[in-house]
Amino acid sequence: MNVFRFILQNHDQVLELTLEHLRLVGFSTLFAMLIGIPLGILISHRPRFNKPVLASANIIQTIPSLALFGFLLPVPWLGDRADRLAILALTLYALLPIIRNTYTGIRGVDPAVMEAGRGMGLTESQLLFQVELPLAVSVILSGVRVAVVISVGLATIAAAIGAGGLGEFIFRGLAMVDDRVILAGAIPAALMALVADFSVGWLERRLQPQ
Amino acid sequence: MPAASTTPVIEFRDVSYRVAGTQVLSGFNLQVQKGETVVLLGRSGSGKTTSLKLVNRLLTPSSGEIRVNGVANAEVDLIRLRRGIGYVIQDVGLFPHFTIESNVGIVPKIEGWPQERIRTRVQELLRMVGLAPEIATRYPHQLSGGQRQRVGVARALAADPEILLMDEPFGALDPLTRDELQREFLLLQQRLHKTVVFVTHDLREALRLGSRIALMEAGRLETVLAPHEFLHSTDSLASAYVRAFGDGLESAANRGTS
Repeated sequence: MNVFRFILQNHDQVLELTLEHLRLVGFSTLFAMLIGIPLGILISHRPRFNKPVLASANIIQTIPSLALFGFLLPVPWLGDRADRLAILALTLYALLPIIRNTYTGIRGVDPAVMEAGRGMGLTESQLLFQVELPLAVSVILSGVRVAVVISVGLATIAAAIGAGGLGEFIFRGLAMVDDRVILAGAIPAALMALVADFSVGWLERRLQPQ
Repeated sequence: MPAASTTPVIEFRDVSYRVAGTQVLSGFNLQVQKGETVVLLGRSGSGKTTSLKLVNRLLTPSSGEIRVNGVANAEVDLIRLRRGIGYVIQDVGLFPHFTIESNVGIVPKIEGWPQERIRTRVQELLRMVGLAPEIATRYPHQLSGGQRQRVGVARALAADPEILLMDEPFGALDPLTRDELQREFLLLQQRLHKTVVFVTHDLREALRLGSRIALMEAGRLETVLAPHEFLHSTDSLASAYVRAFGDGLESAANRGTS
């Protein structure tokens, strides 16, 4: 097969772009978790923040990714380096599934369990870390899984603003009208999405409470 | 300062509770003495669960105050107050991701007891509520409803609180299991002499378990009577209850332990 020969011949570059891609997805998912999980906790405890937070995350999702990359380009510091910018955009896209699933997971905890815990004199933070989060963890992770898979796909578009990653091959292939080059970007990206989906899914099942 | 024996352990002073324009509880006054079991009896919406939750401050009264050992509970640190009060609810609310041992030992653990002491205490409590010690390593979903509620009682007793609040604890159990747990509650209470506030809508249970029965209706305290007085009361609501429950109440009032 031509594609695989192409990939083998260019394995250095494939590897390099794959690692770049992984870096974009990894950092953006990490940041999205660091922001999204606390926000999800906040809105499940303070219902008045629920609408504004979820609505904002929803609106971000509706912005076409290419447009968002474009919007952010003129921003100082960020615009200096395309990869920073790509990580920011990908983080924003990953927020919604993580916030929403954190919220759903925490709200799904049996109210009787919370009432008993509160009645026994557990503090709010003890309830959060010993009851709510452990019981919600698999739902939260399934949000992370969705976010990662979306990010792997979206990160290919980041190449359009010069952020690197496997999208480089795809855009180059499109320009050259060469399927082999397109596939050299698309196949590793698809594999990465599958591996991420599988491994977070595995973790999700492992951490599923009894 | 009055002598300890005359200070009620729990005292409701002119307590009202309003939520979203609904008067759930009005002008509620009640004293619960050390070692007695006061049953709050009434139909759904009569305010009995609300009264209970006002004691451990899961709810805050709109007016009036609740005193615990002579001190307004609003003045006591919330967490300290709750850890000194055992709380048992109908849905039990065991932590599904904790073993039975961790569930029962949760308050001792957050109170910083050493591991060994918690373990011994859990074993003692499980025996006390009639459960085999082997059950300690299981998870709540592996237990029957009756076993779960026994664990709920053990958990409430873990840090040896003086007060026990029980909100229809046996309400969801089948009649045989309920009978068993009521019997064991009486035996336990003979040993432990906790100050208990027990909520139920079941007159038979109230007569059997209560030292006194506080009859509630539409957010008001109708009357407080000892079980035998209740059976022969001329109060119209009390006699309506007695009629509705029919025969065999005398034996319940004789504590049904024999």
